[in-house]
Amino acid sequence: MSIKTTTPLTFFTPENLNTLGAVYFDTGISAGFPSPAEDFKQERLSLDSELIKNKEATFFARVSGQSMIDAGLNDNDLLVIDRSLSPAHNKIAVCFLDGEFTVKRLKVEKNEVWLQPENKNYQAIQITEENDFVIWGIVTNVIKKV
Amino acid sequence: MRYLYTMFALVDCNNFYASCERVFNPALRQKPIAILSNNDGCVIARSDEAKALGLPMGAPAFKYKAFFKANNIQLFSSNYALYGDMSSRVMRILEQFSPDVEVYSIDEAFLQLNGFDSYDLHEYGIEMRQRILKWTGIPTCVGVAPTKALTKVANKIARKFPKETGGVYVIDSEEKRIKALKWTQLKDVWGIGPALHKRLSAKQCKTAYDFVQLPDMWVRKTFSITEWKLKKDLEGISKIGPETIKNKRAIATTRSFESAISDVEDIKERISTFACSGAEKLRKQGSSCHMMLIFLRSDYHKKNTEQHRASVVVNIPFPTNSSLTLSANAVKAVASIYKKGIQYKKAGIILTGIVPTDNHQLQLFNHEHPKHLPLMRTIDFINKKYHAPKLKLGNQDLTRTWKMRQEHLSPHYTTNLKDIITVQCP
Repeated sequence: MSIKTTTPLTFFTPENLNTLGAVYFDTGISAGFPSPAEDFKQERLSLDSELIKNKEATFFARVSGQSMIDAGLNDNDLLVIDRSLSPAHNKIAVCFLDGEFTVKRLKVEKNEVWLQPENKNYQAIQITEENDFVIWGIVTNVIKKV
Repeated sequence: MRYLYTMFALVDCNNFYASCERVFNPALRQKPIAILSNNDGCVIARSDEAKALGLPMGAPAFKYKAFFKANNIQLFSSNYALYGDMSSRVMRILEQFSPDVEVYSIDEAFLQLNGFDSYDLHEYGIEMRQRILKWTGIPTCVGVAPTKALTKVANKIARKFPKETGGVYVIDSEEKRIKALKWTQLKDVWGIGPALHKRLSAKQCKTAYDFVQLPDMWVRKTFSITEWKLKKDLEGISKIGPETIKNKRAIATTRSFESAISDVEDIKERISTFACSGAEKLRKQGSSCHMMLIFLRSDYHKKNTEQHRASVVVNIPFPTNSSLTLSANAVKAVASIYKKGIQYKKAGIILTGIVPTDNHQLQLFNHEHPKHLPLMRTIDFINKKYHAPKLKLGNQDLTRTWKMRQEHLSPHYTTNLKDIITVQCP
């Protein structure tokens, strides 16, 4: 049976370690053969350190709705929010607006603040003094189930 | 003239439990909030608005039902998972401002400010509270002074005059110290309980300033070394170390180890000992607690070794002062934060959520094991007789689980993925 030779994924195998020769392993093992991988031991990949740059200021939230789908924020996605980042034009922010948490792209023009949805069926919201409005945190990552 | 020695800062979170609830429910800003004790028994925390309505601390929830409703007071069951997590965020941020942070209770900490002579300490305090507010949403006040007792006084001034002080007050000269002491009512002085207050009032003491005018010898003879230390502290001479002043809201037992400890069993033994000592202090003052904060940390002076700091909050569904219960919970908790291979230098337990032992509600299902009480009495009796802790605990498993009444519990916003906030994209 022929095996398909073109595959979109590339697989890596560990390199052959037989060429190491005599190496002293100080692993505290008194008998038996020490693991040749000990010398190459590294911390496992951590999604925490990739996604969370500031642990004390990071919070999570769940998306509900469709207004940000063009920015890749779909219903039920998990947001990573960093409160230590400063709000700025074009950043995606979790805001508290008139009694509800919402997520939108910030548009700051002259003295105007707009919340811009990322879905052409939705309209931008201008923030005025009448609104009860707080920028709660800046979205840094979106985690989605596939 | 400005003081030129070590300064301390006391950072205190404003209405901490209510503030935690508001972070995840900003609609409640400026609204009256009350937090209920475990099993929704009585009021244990209030927002400023609830205080202004005259809601007293400790108000039994069932008696105040109509009052809550009439005044539109939002009620919450204690959400210690949330408060504990928010507290550890605040404390970790504070560690960025000083290597020496002494956590005093769930919502307050002392920072030692060594070698900050060239700093503008008011500015530094402002930076602390701004960072904490921005990163966590928790408002704080900062008091800075040359002694711990004076930081308490400074903190009160900062809290009382937010506009004038910006939430930070620094006592850094004799003029400011004397002015602050004259402003401070005796009953508001840290460590002055009702009994002491009564005796001092008889001596015409009305303010903290009156208290420091008393002769040293008289204070020492009439009261004890603690009151003398307090007097010196208020005079600007630092005498109060960790644990000198009994905290009405928390009992802390923390120690730096003589040499670093890395074995988990050794750490468990230390923590168990701290828990027993804390439990004994509770019994001595006739109180019980329903919460403890446990922390571990490595030696930050040894820059070349791996550093680790961690803390965890344990919620006990009933008030207890049993060494058995507290030790078992503490040991289990410390094992959960322990990291292998770290050289730990300091550990501690803070017992908080303190209530008088004879005052807590009788509960049908959740209560301390009835055999613990006489057992603890016997242990205390024997240990007192021999002037040493002769009777100790062997470690034991915690197999019981509890459930409690929490009708107004807010979600565990930061510690359970199912409970995180939802943002609307309508």
